Amino acid sequence: MNVILIAVISLGAIGLISAIVLYVCSKKFAVHEDARIAQVAEVLPQANCGGCGYPGCAGFAGACVKAADAGSLEGKLCPVGGAPVMEEVAAILGMEAVVTEPKVAVVRCNGTCENRPRTNVYDGAWNCAIANATAIGETSCAFGCLGCGDCVAACQFDAIHMNPETGLPEVDEEKCTACGSCVKACPRHIIELQPKGKKGRRMVVMCVNKDKGPVANKVCAVSCIACGKCAKVCEFDAITIEANLAYIAPQKCRLCRKCEEACPKNTIHAMNFPPRKPKVEVVPAEKPARVSNGNEPTKVEQ
Amino acid sequence: MANKLTVSLSPHVHGGDSIQRNMYGVLIALVPALLVSLYMFGLGALIVTLTSVAACLFFEWAITKFILKRGCSTLCDGSAAITGVLLAFNVPSNLPIWLIIIGALVAIGIGKMTFGGLGCNPFNPALVGRIFLLISFPVQMTTWPVAGQLLAYTDVNTAATPLALMQQGHLSDLPDTLSLFLGNNAGSLGEISALALLLGGAYLLWKKVITWHIPVSILATVFVFAGIMWMVDPAGYASPLVHLFTGGLMLGAIFMATDYVTSPMTHKGQIIYGVCIGFLTVLIRLFGAYPEGMSFAIFIMNAFTPLINTYCKPKRFGEVVKK
Amino acid sequence: MKTFKIGGVHPAENKLSAGKAIETLGLPKQAVFPLSQHIGAPATAIVKKGDVVKVGTKIAEAGGFVSAPIFSSVSGKVNKVDTVIDASGYRKPAIYIDVEGDEWEEGIDRSQDLVTTCNLTPEQIVAKIKDAGVVGMGGACFPCHVKLCPPHGAKAECVIINAVECEPYLTADHRLMLEKPEQILVGVSLLMKAAKVEKGYIGIENNKPDAIRLLTEKSKDYSNIEIVPLKVKYPQGGEKQLVDAVINRQVPAPPAIPVSVGAIVQNVGTAYAVYEAVMKGKPLFERVVTVTGHSLSNPSNFLTRMGTPMRQLIDAAGGMPEDTAKIIGGGPMMGKALMNAEVPICKGSSGVLLMNDKEARRAKEQPCIRCAKCVGACPMGLEPFLLATLSELKDWERIEKEDVMSCIECGSCQFTCPSHRYLLDYIRYGKTTVGGIIRARNAKK
Repeated sequence: MNVILIAVISLGAIGLISAIVLYVCSKKFAVHEDARIAQVAEVLPQANCGGCGYPGCAGFAGACVKAADAGSLEGKLCPVGGAPVMEEVAAILGMEAVVTEPKVAVVRCNGTCENRPRTNVYDGAWNCAIANATAIGETSCAFGCLGCGDCVAACQFDAIHMNPETGLPEVDEEKCTACGSCVKACPRHIIELQPKGKKGRRMVVMCVNKDKGPVANKVCAVSCIACGKCAKVCEFDAITIEANLAYIAPQKCRLCRKCEEACPKNTIHAMNFPPRKPKVEVVPAEKPARVSNGNEPTKVEQ
Repeated sequence: MANKLTVSLSPHVHGGDSIQRNMYGVLIALVPALLVSLYMFGLGALIVTLTSVAACLFFEWAITKFILKRGCSTLCDGSAAITGVLLAFNVPSNLPIWLIIIGALVAIGIGKMTFGGLGCNPFNPALVGRIFLLISFPVQMTTWPVAGQLLAYTDVNTAATPLALMQQGHLSDLPDTLSLFLGNNAGSLGEISALALLLGGAYLLWKKVITWHIPVSILATVFVFAGIMWMVDPAGYASPLVHLFTGGLMLGAIFMATDYVTSPMTHKGQIIYGVCIGFLTVLIRLFGAYPEGMSFAIFIMNAFTPLINTYCKPKRFGEVVKK
Repeated sequence: MKTFKIGGVHPAENKLSAGKAIETLGLPKQAVFPLSQHIGAPATAIVKKGDVVKVGTKIAEAGGFVSAPIFSSVSGKVNKVDTVIDASGYRKPAIYIDVEGDEWEEGIDRSQDLVTTCNLTPEQIVAKIKDAGVVGMGGACFPCHVKLCPPHGAKAECVIINAVECEPYLTADHRLMLEKPEQILVGVSLLMKAAKVEKGYIGIENNKPDAIRLLTEKSKDYSNIEIVPLKVKYPQGGEKQLVDAVINRQVPAPPAIPVSVGAIVQNVGTAYAVYEAVMKGKPLFERVVTVTGHSLSNPSNFLTRMGTPMRQLIDAAGGMPEDTAKIIGGGPMMGKALMNAEVPICKGSSGVLLMNDKEARRAKEQPCIRCAKCVGACPMGLEPFLLATLSELKDWERIEKEDVMSCIECGSCQFTCPSHRYLLDYIRYGKTTVGGIIRARNAKK
């Protein structure tokens, strides 16, 4: 009898103490989680692919709730679920779904070893941010790619790689999820997220040099010198020249390719277009910084 | 001017110190102890040391090349050679060759390369090898040859080490302190002569390869702790000097515990580390099942090194001590 | 002998030009004045193309309180106000002046006579220093007058003159002390008067025994100036290290500055510039520059007009050696590698160091062996290996907790690293990033 009593009391005491400890811990270390995060996560595909740029679907759900609190769901897109899923998410959060076009990262520099002569040797930590702070880089261009590959390191999807021949990063458009990590990682803001466009076709000014024309002309064979010929030839007002640099607004561009012909420095590239008819000379020497070969039909439509 | 100008951040000069310089410094410091062991154990010592070094170098090269597939080899920086010498110094001179090769494989393969090679290993590789051998092959690892049989290898006469005598309570059978100090006793290959090891330690201190903090704190702790026990019961426990000069204490304190990779970074941390090693060593020697505790003590404290590094910060310049 | 307490290293001194008297360098054909030669707001140009200027004419006005005006060092015509490629290759606004003759502004006393009497009030002295565009001549170029006006709550007790010149190779300060000791002492007493303090110290490392001897002898007439010989150790010229070495007080972590413990630190070159500005009415437009390097045939010390391209100095010192692979503006420990030799001499250019291809290349990085030599060398008691790793991992929160902002970027850690790791590259990156984060946070408040 006595033995049983002792056993019951001691076990009961242990149970009670544990319960108190558990209670205190659960109160003290309680993590408040927004109920909407779980709801949003439920409608997501649960593929945890990371294509949205967040660590898995739960991370994306949290980001969506945060963005909704901030006022807009813009820029949030589940590449797997696409627009239908995003509409459901928006409904849960009481927001309007922002129709986001699929985007892709574009490296806007074509300063290959041939185009942009090396004037100096950089001898330091192999990191763009540090190289950028050290000096202008190995060339005389203060805006061009430094080639240390911070974007490559930042990419979670193995979608951007250094081309050892050109010394420039190239985006694998199939793999790119437009998460924007590389855009943030680039200290010179060379990489931009642009709408993928029909069949992945788009016109891009492959230069971000804001120096005056003569200076820019000197440092690189394919730099934008802001001559304005492209803007003149454009019938749709898609090209603006600001701070000594041409920029093609993807929303306005109708892909007529006139600017490409007009550019005296081959700075404007037409991406993912089929090869031109023989009457115009194909310019294979000026391969833009991209991966998918322009000759084959691209499979970027969702 | 022929060159393109180099740009880099300051500093533009370097002190000239290198991994090689430090590692070869340690190897040079190990020479006196090696000479003593050659004098005492002759052929056996030579075979064991050469095998161990060769095996360590081979495994380092092979793993870097074929498993890690790294271009640059760390073969020449001397770190694998040190592991080889230290492993040899930690085993009896009559250990068969195949055992040494297994020990070297464990030391380099498991102790070092699995963690990513030089600089990444949490435990001293030579110790990993030694402890593996000691636990797996206790008989071979605890039969120590009697000193002075220069031409014998695995067929030597064996004897108990001073520590084993202490463990069994035969305090009166211990050799006198002077012969312990000079190295005329049974024991692992490199640990027998405290004098030779101290010489090596002095060289390391002179060349600034190591600082005094770890060895001194270990030796002082062992001396004090063993001294207290001896004063409490002189008949039951050996004198602190015997403790200092026997077993792997000197070798461990000067060469094994001071391994850069596995010891704390700050002087404060190093002293804590040293004191704990000293304390654990004596604890294992006096109360544990094994006669020798040095390798286990270092091994345990290696595991605590990251923790010590996290909590022992150097005193910042101008830091006001909070009252 | 005194020195600072924590860390430090001993780089080879290489004071090749220590025995060379200061020579006056000829005028350049065109002088270029970058508008940002100091810490703080850039100056604003007040001349335009075609303006005629004389030596000592103000060509740019201070752009704020922490800023300094810029004066022409040559006479001639303003060619253009445009951009110049600075040491790191980026374009910065600058004024170009084509040199014609050598006509000086009136009011500048060009005689060599020593003037010792000064009847100005402290405020007038500070105003004169400010108007003459004097900045710290050691390299950091902090405007001199700002240091003389301590922030609210801090009280200066002494002026410490940094005559340590702990950077290897450089000898400009050393030569200045040997050739202008009296002027320097007058400059120091002016600084003391301006800061309203009674005590002045001049800290000199004992690798310059001749300067210590000369200044000790000359300072007999100045009872409140003490010459303090210091044991050679880098980075003794760091403000905090110098205060620690000379008066044994430790400046706490940032945002504390030396005046928080009562010390105002000025470079010895600054003291000389103050003397010239206050006593001779001469604004800051020339300075002593060491041109040195093992491959150079004639390492020298030149009194150089600002705006002179570095190439002219190199030519005067025997011409650019064929094997030059790196040109450093300043000393080898903290100086900046230049993109080209056309960079003009500025207020903070203490030296031009040429390195041959052998010296210029950094050794290959090897894995960290956790030897803790960087921890032992750090004069600020930091853990460089940890800071560098955290910066590499971009863990800004933790790196801030590990006091990255205390780093003085002296380079001792990288100098001593047996694995040749680029510790300071990463630490500097972390420091800049964390600095930005802190500023953003403060702006939000």
